[in-house]
Amino acid sequence: MSSMSSTPTAARTPVVVSLPSAAMWLVGTAVLAVLAYYFIGVDQGMTSVFGNNTVIHEFVHDARHFLGFPCH
Amino acid sequence: MPHPRSFIAFGVLAGAIGGLLAFVFAWIFAEPLIQQAIDYESGRHEAQEALDRAAGVSTGDHEHEIFSRAVQGNLGAGVGIVLFGVAMGALVAVVYVVLLGRVGQLGPRSLALLVAGGGFLGVFLVPFLKYPANPPAIGHEETITVRGTLYLVMVATSIVLLIVAVAVGRRLQARLGTWNASLAGGAVFVVLIGIVMAVLPSAGDLAANVAIYGHHATETPLPLEDAEGTIVFPGFPADVLAGFRLYSLLAQVILWGAIGLVFGVLADRLLRRSAERSPSSVHA
Repeated sequence: MSSMSSTPTAARTPVVVSLPSAAMWLVGTAVLAVLAYYFIGVDQGMTSVFGNNTVIHEFVHDARHFLGFPCH
Repeated sequence: MPHPRSFIAFGVLAGAIGGLLAFVFAWIFAEPLIQQAIDYESGRHEAQEALDRAAGVSTGDHEHEIFSRAVQGNLGAGVGIVLFGVAMGALVAVVYVVLLGRVGQLGPRSLALLVAGGGFLGVFLVPFLKYPANPPAIGHEETITVRGTLYLVMVATSIVLLIVAVAVGRRLQARLGTWNASLAGGAVFVVLIGIVMAVLPSAGDLAANVAIYGHHATETPLPLEDAEGTIVFPGFPADVLAGFRLYSLLAQVILWGAIGLVFGVLADRLLRRSAERSPSSVHA
């Protein structure tokens, strides 16, 4: 019986990025992404940061419905 | 060692591509349904006004639109969906960088698909099961704050419970093996999210709705009746609602699927190139 000489090359992926040094990039990106989520989906619907008008709400109106956010 | 900003840039790119594909899909399939829903809404509004006039009630003034339907359905929908894709792609990249090399024997592309799949589940699909997407004409003005809060609670809970499920699975891996530990983690998620879904109220069961309409699962418009109880305008067309929800779901599958696939390929190439440049590191 031939031995299984070729061990799978898919070894454990090494830890690539050390988190402490990347923290600023990761946290900053996550915050911006959550802000985008908020303004596309929520602002000027249930709450409003940009005052008492509905410019954002109306502009992304169809996207908001289609992306599953509650509307009206 | 690749810089985290390379991964984030690839996440943004993958998200933009996913968002663009989802928008093209929405533009072809969903926009006609949105128009039908708006037509229903205005038809119903006119019928209501006629009823009010007949009853001698003064009707409220029309709200004017800031952006035309053409802007909302083309530019606005495109910008909204693509930006959503970009934001979700960036989030996938962040989670990917955190998990890379810390979740066992997963190749770079498999991990990308799993992270995007988790995003699809937590950000969209699980909340959708409780509070599905609705076209215009569905949703009462007076409940927007409650509905919005409930939806965000569902999104946040889904994401947190997914993380809990992964942590449970990782804990049990040594004892049960990868397969059974994954099943156990999945079971924990299903049970906990099931309890949350059972506890949270349906939109139709909100106090403001029960007071006027009685108990219903959703805020989908019922038939409009005159004083004698004769139906003068039909309820919201079921096929428009079903189609809209199906297409909304498919658009998210396209969006997250594209993010997982595109980001996986880009991240894989990035990791390979950096491994070639520093031959001392483990060949992935």
